[in-house]
Amino acid sequence: MMTISEQVLARASNKASVQPGEIVIANVDLLMINEITGPLAVEAFEEMGFDRVWDRDKIVAVNDHAIPAVDIKSATLMKKMRMFARAYGIRNFYDVARGGIAHQLLVEKGFVGPGKLVVGADSHTCTSGSVGALSVGVGSTEAGAVMGTGKLWFRVPETMRIEVTGHLKEPVMAKDLILKIIGEVRADGATYKAVEFCGEGISKISIDGRMTTANMSIEMGAKTGIVEPDQTTINYLKAKTGHSVPLIKSDPDAEYAEELQFDASEVEPMVAAPFQVDNVKTVDEVQGTEIDQAFIGSCTNGRMEDLRIAAKIVKCRRIRSGVRFIVIPASTEIYREALREGILETLLEAGAVISNPTCGPCLGMSQGVLAADEVCISSSNRNFVGRMGDKTSRVFLASPATVAASALAGKIADPRGVWP
Amino acid sequence: MKAISGKALRYGDNINTDLIIPARYLNITDASVLAEHAMEDLDPRFREKAATCCILVAGKNFGCGSSREHAVLVLKASGIKAILAESYARIFFRNAINQGIPTFEVEGTSDGFGEGDQLEVDLKSWTVRNLTKARSSGLRPLPDFMMSILESGGLVSYLKERREW
Repeated sequence: MMTISEQVLARASNKASVQPGEIVIANVDLLMINEITGPLAVEAFEEMGFDRVWDRDKIVAVNDHAIPAVDIKSATLMKKMRMFARAYGIRNFYDVARGGIAHQLLVEKGFVGPGKLVVGADSHTCTSGSVGALSVGVGSTEAGAVMGTGKLWFRVPETMRIEVTGHLKEPVMAKDLILKIIGEVRADGATYKAVEFCGEGISKISIDGRMTTANMSIEMGAKTGIVEPDQTTINYLKAKTGHSVPLIKSDPDAEYAEELQFDASEVEPMVAAPFQVDNVKTVDEVQGTEIDQAFIGSCTNGRMEDLRIAAKIVKCRRIRSGVRFIVIPASTEIYREALREGILETLLEAGAVISNPTCGPCLGMSQGVLAADEVCISSSNRNFVGRMGDKTSRVFLASPATVAASALAGKIADPRGVWP
Repeated sequence: MKAISGKALRYGDNINTDLIIPARYLNITDASVLAEHAMEDLDPRFREKAATCCILVAGKNFGCGSSREHAVLVLKASGIKAILAESYARIFFRNAINQGIPTFEVEGTSDGFGEGDQLEVDLKSWTVRNLTKARSSGLRPLPDFMMSILESGGLVSYLKERREW
């Protein structure tokens, strides 16, 4: 009997069942490209000799990495995306101010759902696992191949099942839980495996938090991270699309390569210290580290729940002088909702700068690049050497609550100390 | 596939794609220009070394992080002819094969390989011979399907010939 990933790959390759290790050619339900990986994908697609895409409505093209354009080169890449969308009739094209970060869009616009096979030319494509999709990051050439054929080869992954018990205690967030998990599983502990998250601890986490959880599965090497979909998933997608989606669950006798358990009620605010994501510590081990910049945003943590908790922490306070507090809603929809709720006003009053939705600072491309020796506490996903700027700059990854508390203090701080 | 021989260029564990090519250069589309920045945050002498040592040997989890295929493109443009590592992040591994770079997993540890060691990769026996140290290590055979992509010279030519999978 089969895990979620096995069921999806069996269905997509028209087989009754599949086994881990088997290679299948599967029909892809959705392909995503962005302006960094997309132009190379289009080039590969055209070099392969294709003159039409397999299904123009199953391709989502997004300009998101550094928007609006930061220089002529980036403007040219985005222009190539516009030309591609026009030439091949891609209606789901999200340009500056129309969308936001691709991984957010796929979920928030209801492009993905339980049991869908999704590929995207970006490693954080696994974010769509938050609503039960099997969503996998690929390179540009493979994205080009999918554009032409609608198919891709997959090695059926072994599954690592992570059961979460207990409830997170505010202001501890899903980010702290996934950092804790990555610290234990390590950066390559789930390589080539699908990770399935289940248990009452997960079922209590919102879709926003589940997106953070699925998103960071890649940081332990996973092919994908899938949160077992439930009524919360159905309700979320129904609100977005008007339709009820069928659920998918692992069979009761499905086989797992590994089974792990975590108790959410014991998770403390966690921080991933430079220069590896699995270099995970509790906040008290690094608190007091002085910071130059605090960043809330990215495909990992730029959602309503993240902005709300940050606003709650900085409300009627001022961030430390000398700290640059950068807040970037992950999509236009989130930006507008945060504006309506007064959250952006609260953050601005505290001293934040609010930028338009983009990946920008997370990978040192725009809107908050670090100079030599600078330190940033960030709600994003990677703290590698040079990730956000100069190779001597240092990035500490944490939850939006910890980032907000640190922005107030001017140094890494425990959000529980300022939680209202 | 022809035998591959050359000198080893050594790196350790968890070499991520941000180290291979930092995102700040991803707006550059010409691979040869992009390659000027290959590995610059990790090893400023990479380009010079790659000119004489064309087999990159690394430890665990090589190519982790971003899916950027640019990472493979800059290694290729710097003259890397093959990659041997204890393990890979899966997207990098697929990207490398799709770009036609022989990329294999070394069985066991890569500790016995030194910088500049003369290596010979033999795909008939799936071994790599270290002529400098007079020893051999096994390589994990690639599935036939991946070998046929590699033998075509990469995924573009594979699909150009067949038009379907």
